[in-house]
Amino acid sequence: MAQKLVIIGAGMASGRMLEHLFEASPGAFDVTLFGSEPRGNYNRIMLSPVLAGEKTYEQIVTHDADWYASHGVTCRFGETVTKIDRKEKVIFTAKGATPYDKLVVATGSAPFIIPIAGKDLPGVRAFRDLDDVDAMVAAAGKPNAKAVVIGGGLLGLEAAAALRLRGMEVVVLHLMGHLMERQLDPAAGYLLQKELESRGIKVHCKAQTTAILGKDRVEAVGLDDGTVYPADIVVMAVGIRPEVRVATDAGLYVERGIVVNDQMVSSDPDILAVGECVEHERICYGLVAPLYDMAKVAAKTLLKQDAAFRPVETATQLKVTGVSLYSAGDFADGEDRQEIVLRDASAGIYKRLVLKENRILGAVLYGETGDGAWFFDMLRKGTDVSDMRETLIFGQAYQGGSPLDPMAAVAALPDDAEICGCNGVCKSKIVGTITEKGLTSLDDVRAHTKASASCGSCTGLVEQLMKLTLGDSYNPAAVTPMCTCTDLGHDDVRRLIKAKGLKTIPAVMQELEWKTSCGCAKCRPALNYYLVCDWPDEYADDYQSRYINERVHANIQKDGTYSVVPRMWGGVTNAKELRAIADVVDKFNVPLVKVTGGQRIDLLGIEKEDLPAVWADLGQAGFVSGQAYAKGLRTVKTCVGSDWCRFGTQDSTGLGIRIEKFMWGSWTPAKLKLAVSGCPRNCAEATCKDIGVICVDSGFEIHFAGAAGLDIKGTDKLGLVGTEDEALEVIVALTQMYREQARYLERIYKWAKRVGHDEIRRQVLDDKERRKAFYDRFVFSQKFAQVDPWSERVSGKDKHEFKPMATVEYAGA
Amino acid sequence: MDMNWIEIGDLSDIPLRGARCVKTPQGKIAVFRTAENDVFAIEDHCPHKGGPLSQGIVHGRAVTCPLHNWVISLETGKALGADEGAVRTIPVRNEGGKLSIALENLMLAAAE
Repeated sequence: MAQKLVIIGAGMASGRMLEHLFEASPGAFDVTLFGSEPRGNYNRIMLSPVLAGEKTYEQIVTHDADWYASHGVTCRFGETVTKIDRKEKVIFTAKGATPYDKLVVATGSAPFIIPIAGKDLPGVRAFRDLDDVDAMVAAAGKPNAKAVVIGGGLLGLEAAAALRLRGMEVVVLHLMGHLMERQLDPAAGYLLQKELESRGIKVHCKAQTTAILGKDRVEAVGLDDGTVYPADIVVMAVGIRPEVRVATDAGLYVERGIVVNDQMVSSDPDILAVGECVEHERICYGLVAPLYDMAKVAAKTLLKQDAAFRPVETATQLKVTGVSLYSAGDFADGEDRQEIVLRDASAGIYKRLVLKENRILGAVLYGETGDGAWFFDMLRKGTDVSDMRETLIFGQAYQGGSPLDPMAAVAALPDDAEICGCNGVCKSKIVGTITEKGLTSLDDVRAHTKASASCGSCTGLVEQLMKLTLGDSYNPAAVTPMCTCTDLGHDDVRRLIKAKGLKTIPAVMQELEWKTSCGCAKCRPALNYYLVCDWPDEYADDYQSRYINERVHANIQKDGTYSVVPRMWGGVTNAKELRAIADVVDKFNVPLVKVTGGQRIDLLGIEKEDLPAVWADLGQAGFVSGQAYAKGLRTVKTCVGSDWCRFGTQDSTGLGIRIEKFMWGSWTPAKLKLAVSGCPRNCAEATCKDIGVICVDSGFEIHFAGAAGLDIKGTDKLGLVGTEDEALEVIVALTQMYREQARYLERIYKWAKRVGHDEIRRQVLDDKERRKAFYDRFVFSQKFAQVDPWSERVSGKDKHEFKPMATVEYAGA
Repeated sequence: MDMNWIEIGDLSDIPLRGARCVKTPQGKIAVFRTAENDVFAIEDHCPHKGGPLSQGIVHGRAVTCPLHNWVISLETGKALGADEGAVRTIPVRNEGGKLSIALENLMLAAAE
């Protein structure tokens, strides 16, 4: 029978250990995983991009529920282990006891909170987990919100930069004389401070915080020199310490961290420890690379294989978009040390190497960090650099007299040079895997080698390796062009249409240097949509650039006949309308009448020439086009709601009709289908629509980004609003944001995945001014869009479309 | 062979970058007007699944079929790109804006 393995802590170290374990010997252990956070394992290094809004939580999840399930891991998330009974080999949580054969402690670290007055006030946060990020994002949502970050180290600065990106006023308080003093020398610290200040972040060094002020929640931070900074949120990022309480209580040998040997075994032979809670040879580690090494060793120890953890040199990079900073090794001054420094003030470049006996001891690079991996490689190997000392600081490309070529540096790296520090992936592994598996995309390389899959700061190097290996067939900056008529992608074209004020298709093609005289069937409909959307009052819709369905306002069928779908607001009809439909069916011998999935009636098999006459008859009964053919608003499906249903909480039919009457006629990047359900039983199937509403007692839950076509995907909840008016405004604002940003033919769920659900929520739900602006732009464009195309054509518009040019017959026939 | 030139209408009856169809006893014929005012006529029947080419989007000297996006050359009637197939091209004449097509049958007469 499999041994019982219990793991305390579902973080990056234990996650990686499980990967190694299952890869080497699936089924060897019956695994139970405890985690205090109510969620699985995510890439904690990437919390800064999530805070900055550059990534979403979904994008940084490393192990999801499926992964745990497929490996048979019993997950006990949200449960804190309170006690280890080593004698009985049992651990305890609030819910009871769990026995183990082997136990792995991976409790990580806890943020260090300075013991000052006010530290427990609401609004004082660490920067450690997703709950902290959520709290900070919420604080950033208020107008003129102010943040004080205590601690000018790696974590504090990433938090500061991200909060600034969120629009907050940010002050960084740092106890020492310059920022990141553990990784940077004063000169580089100064450059970094300048850069952050230019982004509007105030940096206060030598700042001794004395108290956090506030009554019910944090209001300000006070320093010993009398300075007071107002604050809506305070982020403590002064350091971490190993989380060892449960280990100490169990009587394990603990110094600063849980003391382990080279095999990651603690003072109890059946208890291992990995990660930030560990102390090995008097060192505690906080960077991911050594933690991954520990994970590998621990997995082997569990499987009774030989392995030993050895201390490693680590390099540091700051993950603030637009700041390049690299530091490694020991760069303190010393009598027996020499330094080589390169400064280029105007370019903002600073490089410093510390040498001892012709070997690199430390490196600090600011502004240009491309040679970091090369310096680090020599540092770790203790390479004698006396031959190249003169030119060393200029980097690898300048060695051996070879011409300056960005690729040469990468090409010249030795096979065992480490490219990805986080995951310990060397050059030969990446190159070998690319060749062996025929990889062509960065995502593939990430999936197969893990290089660039954690913090992402080596992405540039990995891409250069791909280019080196794959040649010209790989272009890292490649944007997929709209079509063969241009090299520009959809996003660039949309941006340039606005930036250059381009208002006709010929103007777009001229200014953006189209390669064909009048485009093709791919780009012309896209351009026509972009122009209709961006200049609703000025652009003259080009029907020759519309697909036939939108040109003749009906759906072409395989035999060249058309289908006609009149609008039935919210799926509601009456005897008069049904009679009119029945009459049309008889009069025009309509071969098939079909009820659609969008709650209306489809008349199929109508000859093109008959279309205007069919519409004339339908129009007399009050019907307008259902736009069942449009990249635009299609249907708003509803259930009967509180007027009839015993479960209904709101008037879902009424709301659906109101939305449809408000939004009909609008063009969108791809078709847009809505639904309103009157209660969570969801009879209108609103949770697989582009936008859906679920009525509840307290108001209206707005959902979006569902799909039930090529892909099947449930919606995400955008938020809850209290009134119909507000529901309408949010739905309209969301639609307008989608109209303005998505690529042609891109459904909402694909667009939302690209942009990030949180970002959309921020713009159309949280930020009320922006929401109103989107709403107003939609309303404006509707003035020009809400014209019934059928009645226009009954009155004679585009007559040529519906008649043959000529009919040639047999003479005398 | 006897070619019978039959008047079908004016150039201005066809929208720029557009098409109209002409019904004949031999089937429908699609008449195209390109952005440069060149006129072409081909069978209105895609070699792939018979889609009405006169309903497609006209670009350069080609049309994209509305059913499955085959691109057909208006000059040669052949499918462009990876697809293989061809439609018959019909001689067309533009005399000061008056358009005529040539059909191979003495028995034909124009009727609007």
